[in-house]
Amino acid sequence: MRGTQVVGETAVRAGCRYYFGYPITPQTELPEYLSARLPEVGGSFIQGESEVASASMVIGAAASGGRVMTSSSSPGISLKAEAISFMAGMEVPAVIANFMRGGPGLGNIAPSQADYFQSTRGGGHGDYRLLVLAPAGGQELADLTFAAFELADRYRNPVLLAADGLLGQMMEPVVLPDFVDLDELPEKSWAVSGCDGREPRSVYSYIADPVLLHRHNLHLQEKYELMAQNEVRWEEFRTDDAEIVVVAYGTASRIAKGAVNQLRASGRKVGLFRPVSLWPYPKAALRSLASRVRQVAVFEFSSGQMVEDVMLSVGERAEVYFHGVAGGIIPTPADVADYLDSVMNGDGRVGRRMDI
Amino acid sequence: MNEQGYKKIFGRPESLTETPFHYCPGCGHSVLHRLVAEVLDETGMAGRTICVPPVGCSVVAYHYLKLDMVEAPHGRALAVATGVKRVHPDKLVFTYQGDGDLAAIGTAETIHAANRGENLSTIFVNNAIYGMTGGQMAPTTLLGQEATTAQGGRDAKLHGRPLDISNMLALSDGVVYVERVALNSVKGVRRAKKAIARSFRAQMDGLGFSLVEILSPCPTNWKMTPAQSWHWIDEHLARVYPPGVIKDDTGYED
Repeated sequence: MRGTQVVGETAVRAGCRYYFGYPITPQTELPEYLSARLPEVGGSFIQGESEVASASMVIGAAASGGRVMTSSSSPGISLKAEAISFMAGMEVPAVIANFMRGGPGLGNIAPSQADYFQSTRGGGHGDYRLLVLAPAGGQELADLTFAAFELADRYRNPVLLAADGLLGQMMEPVVLPDFVDLDELPEKSWAVSGCDGREPRSVYSYIADPVLLHRHNLHLQEKYELMAQNEVRWEEFRTDDAEIVVVAYGTASRIAKGAVNQLRASGRKVGLFRPVSLWPYPKAALRSLASRVRQVAVFEFSSGQMVEDVMLSVGERAEVYFHGVAGGIIPTPADVADYLDSVMNGDGRVGRRMDI
Repeated sequence: MNEQGYKKIFGRPESLTETPFHYCPGCGHSVLHRLVAEVLDETGMAGRTICVPPVGCSVVAYHYLKLDMVEAPHGRALAVATGVKRVHPDKLVFTYQGDGDLAAIGTAETIHAANRGENLSTIFVNNAIYGMTGGQMAPTTLLGQEATTAQGGRDAKLHGRPLDISNMLALSDGVVYVERVALNSVKGVRRAKKAIARSFRAQMDGLGFSLVEILSPCPTNWKMTPAQSWHWIDEHLARVYPPGVIKDDTGYED
């Protein structure tokens, strides 16, 4: 199945009945799929007049208790940032998929990871956090999409799937999850439905009193702390005896894995550390790994964004290097192997040292 | 009849809380909140209603109306209401929006929700000025009208002309009913209540999108007394935005 369709069908199986979005390459196959699929399960699809409007429709459906999602690619996510901040402040659950493309501005439609800062540092205004999950293949697109709906409901918080354009277009075999029984989901005792027989409910983020808004922020921070404790995800590959690890996520990690296998075949002690949750970042796991290796080499489809989290995690425990490509160029495993080879040799041909 | 032999003929509507309004003296919101509450009481719909209040002076309408409510980002009320209605198609869903919210920052959301024929009701408060931020020019500000961002008065060459969005919306086949009323007389207040009731009825009958535009006084930002603001509506505002039924495809007799 194509990546975008994996996300669409998994969403339906996870109980998503509402999708609001605006076409943008390279992910339009997802709204196309859901425009046909959601009516089959009694759901609702709207092609909004803009990303801005679509994301606000998500707020309405989420506040009404529905499982709801939207998707886009980089420039569209910028437009949705307004509503995402509101969702976080209003504490409504929703799933947002970003199939990142080259930027800044209109950029291009080629795969990219240049929205890492936007994904993990906010994107919208205010002190808020999103759970950010970064799939690296078809099966993980299904697994993480399914998890995203559960996590959004559990924490009453938007969850961002940080994919890239290549993952959306790639076709891989996938085992899809079973259908969720919507009647068995926990009742949302905060959602609006009309106040017949109970006190009225309001879902809002406007809190004029500074003391009360401060308290609301403390409550949000407690929730984010809970996420940081419970929702860290990562994968380590051939790190046991590694002397150097490459850190990469998403499609970049697939390429890096190829490079690790190539170098291992020639006896080099190389491993891969792959963050799956970008926020919360797997800091403790990377820190512990960094104290066992000599070098940590970051590889991204960007000019250097996740590398900042790597530096915060690693500190002085190992040398940190960065190599990235922006603009939609997709390096080969041989290119990444060359980068790692250069780091190990210390010849400075590819990449640059970050921690000095 | 109570034990003293008096008959209660006027009181607070059930759907209105006891919280005192924070609105300025002479502001139209207090009257309008009451009208909404009365209509919902009389139709027994309050328990099956969801309101989307705006960013603007009535952002805290949930303090006053005993209804389920969902906040919207500025201008996005009809997009949020669209999402609510898709989950609750059998509930009465209405937005309550000012001129800046509906006709400036939210123009796209307004036109497209109306044009989709979303089965929603909108109460559009037109006071030709930005209230909450303190007297800036609105899309509906009249030519020559003073605003803090149109000092010396709105000038067509510099600021463009007043926007009559109700008539624009009426052009769309998705829109079933549009009426403009003025809150500056007893007759106008009664007319406003009838129009709100008609709009809600049209929605519950599944007829499509409807909107009631309310010409509403803002004495504070017009820099007038409440009495002067009532006159100003007749002499200026209602001449550019004449009250009356703009479109009615409901087929209702009254």
